[in-house]
Amino acid sequence: MAKPASAIAKNWDALCNWVDTRLPVSSFWRDHLSGYYAPKNFNFWYFFGSLALLVLVNQIVTGIFLTMHYKPSAEEAFASVEYIMRDVDWGWLIRYMHSTGASAFFIVIYLHMFRGLMYGSYRKPRELIWTFGMLIYLLLMAEAFMGYVLPWGQMSYWGAQVIISLFGAIPKIGEPLTEWIRGDYFIADATLNRFFALHVIALPLALLGLVVLHLAALHQVGSNNPDGIEIKQNKGADGVPVDGIPFHPYYTVKDIFGVAMFLLLFAFVIFYAPELGGLFLEHDNFVPANVLATPEHIKPVWYFTPFYAILRAVPDKLFGVILMGLAIAALFLLPWLDRSRVKSIRYKGWASKLLLAVFAVAFVRLGMLGMGEGTIAQTLESRFWTFVYFAYFVLLWFISKYEKTKPVPERVTH
Amino acid sequence: MRKISLILLLIASVPVWASGGGELEHSGVNVTDIASLQRGAATFRDYCFGCHSANYVRYQRLADDLKLGEDYVKQYFMRGTTKIGDTMSIAMDPADAEVWFGKTPPDLSLAARSRSTDWLFAYMRSFYRDQNGEWNNSIFPDVSMPNVFWREQGILEPVYESAGGHGGNAGSHIARLEMVEAGTMEPEAFDAKIRDLVAFLEYMGEPAKLKRKAVGWKVILFLALFAFLAYLLKAEYWRDVH
Repeated sequence: MAKPASAIAKNWDALCNWVDTRLPVSSFWRDHLSGYYAPKNFNFWYFFGSLALLVLVNQIVTGIFLTMHYKPSAEEAFASVEYIMRDVDWGWLIRYMHSTGASAFFIVIYLHMFRGLMYGSYRKPRELIWTFGMLIYLLLMAEAFMGYVLPWGQMSYWGAQVIISLFGAIPKIGEPLTEWIRGDYFIADATLNRFFALHVIALPLALLGLVVLHLAALHQVGSNNPDGIEIKQNKGADGVPVDGIPFHPYYTVKDIFGVAMFLLLFAFVIFYAPELGGLFLEHDNFVPANVLATPEHIKPVWYFTPFYAILRAVPDKLFGVILMGLAIAALFLLPWLDRSRVKSIRYKGWASKLLLAVFAVAFVRLGMLGMGEGTIAQTLESRFWTFVYFAYFVLLWFISKYEKTKPVPERVTH
Repeated sequence: MRKISLILLLIASVPVWASGGGELEHSGVNVTDIASLQRGAATFRDYCFGCHSANYVRYQRLADDLKLGEDYVKQYFMRGTTKIGDTMSIAMDPADAEVWFGKTPPDLSLAARSRSTDWLFAYMRSFYRDQNGEWNNSIFPDVSMPNVFWREQGILEPVYESAGGHGGNAGSHIARLEMVEAGTMEPEAFDAKIRDLVAFLEYMGEPAKLKRKAVGWKVILFLALFAFLAYLLKAEYWRDVH
């Protein structure tokens, strides 16, 4: 005998009350989803935040399954990855989801950051959101670098050799520091083992913590939007922003569509081009690490190449390392470098638009040059785009202050 | 603004490195052609497997994926006390091999992934006999490996050309290889044999390739349907907003 529907509803309510008096489930749901008002004019560029979260979950879940079969030892690592690829049921799928996910993470994050640059999402009062985001980006680079070493192929080994040796450029403490990082006089079993520990537990924990802070800061001040207007300044009689809509259900259903489109592309790469022509999985990394054979052409994976190009553009190693560090550090300063009266690029002048476009081209072009062999022509071109890259930050300081801006509308436009 | 964007796009799309002359011919292998893989497996067994291992490849997978059957693989591929679940290792000691060949013949499990099928196809057909009567290769100069297919392919010798295009020795490089002794196979038939072998090497590099291509379109079809429904759901909810 089934109970009448009203009785089930009554019991359900009782259960919810029981939980709510002990754990703030309903209020959490209300504060962060059904009662969190987001501007109604989010466009294409606003898909990448939720997609970054999706990729993070993908990396964690597939990562857990990979650790069940992966062996973090110099003797066994390479073979254990091939074991996953061949002998573990659906192991190849898990591995490709993880390796493609790494590149997808950077694609999504770069687009997410570019959105911030376009619409001034880092501006007051969102400086901390940007700062936490940049910290996430930094940790993500460390996470990706260490993950790349784990398959213990030729590029894993020699890429790690090059990147760790960069620390050796620091005067006095450089050499002892590289030894401390490697745990040996060269990249060895000890290095692999500690990178494994950092990759699977230390950095993911820190990343998750920062993501919580990133979202907490976002929900404290509310989301920016393509018009760069504060929707909280225009509230209706009910205290709700007139240009705001509840995140759930409106943006949850919209993001589900975004997720589906993303997964379509993601699946295409996983099933039909997992190496993506050597960009996502490099050919040289299908050769086991060999201490005695240096590959002809060592280069990092594509998502590091813009900074690698900046490093190689400088003849002096120490100065190159400093410049590369500055290229990343400068991004942290954006909230204070941009002094414009308006947030969004829509209401800035032509100079700002040109500046941002040229900066984006410089970044992409440096990325392409970083994949090259480092010929003289490529080095010269890298120097030019490195100059352009840094010029962005200097010019932004002046142009944003003195250029003529367009009037910002009262309400969001579209 | 549009014009500027176009110009900038143009700048960004200039290739960083011009492809250097030595473009490899397209191998035209088809890894989903099971008959080709079977022929390639036989060629691998007869010509390569004596010196080269495939330490990540299991006989069982060969029997299943290539539809050869366990009995056939046991009879024609496996040696000594090997079991069907074992990998395709060889008995030759790597240290001995280094003495005999000057270099231990590499494991071929992942050759197609590290080198590419086009490279392997070109490499296997680019052995030539040099002035000293020794084997060399125009794709992999001074390679330690001899031409194991010389009977079938015939013997090739190089035709040199100097950098300036005139005859001469200094700075000359191999323009093409010329057949000086015909082999037992017609060139087209020989190419087909190598194509089968390279297809098999591609299969060994990633046995999951057959499955992933077969599964992929179903996943993509499902996601396309899901995306369509998700779009309808979004449109339905968002009618209140617009």
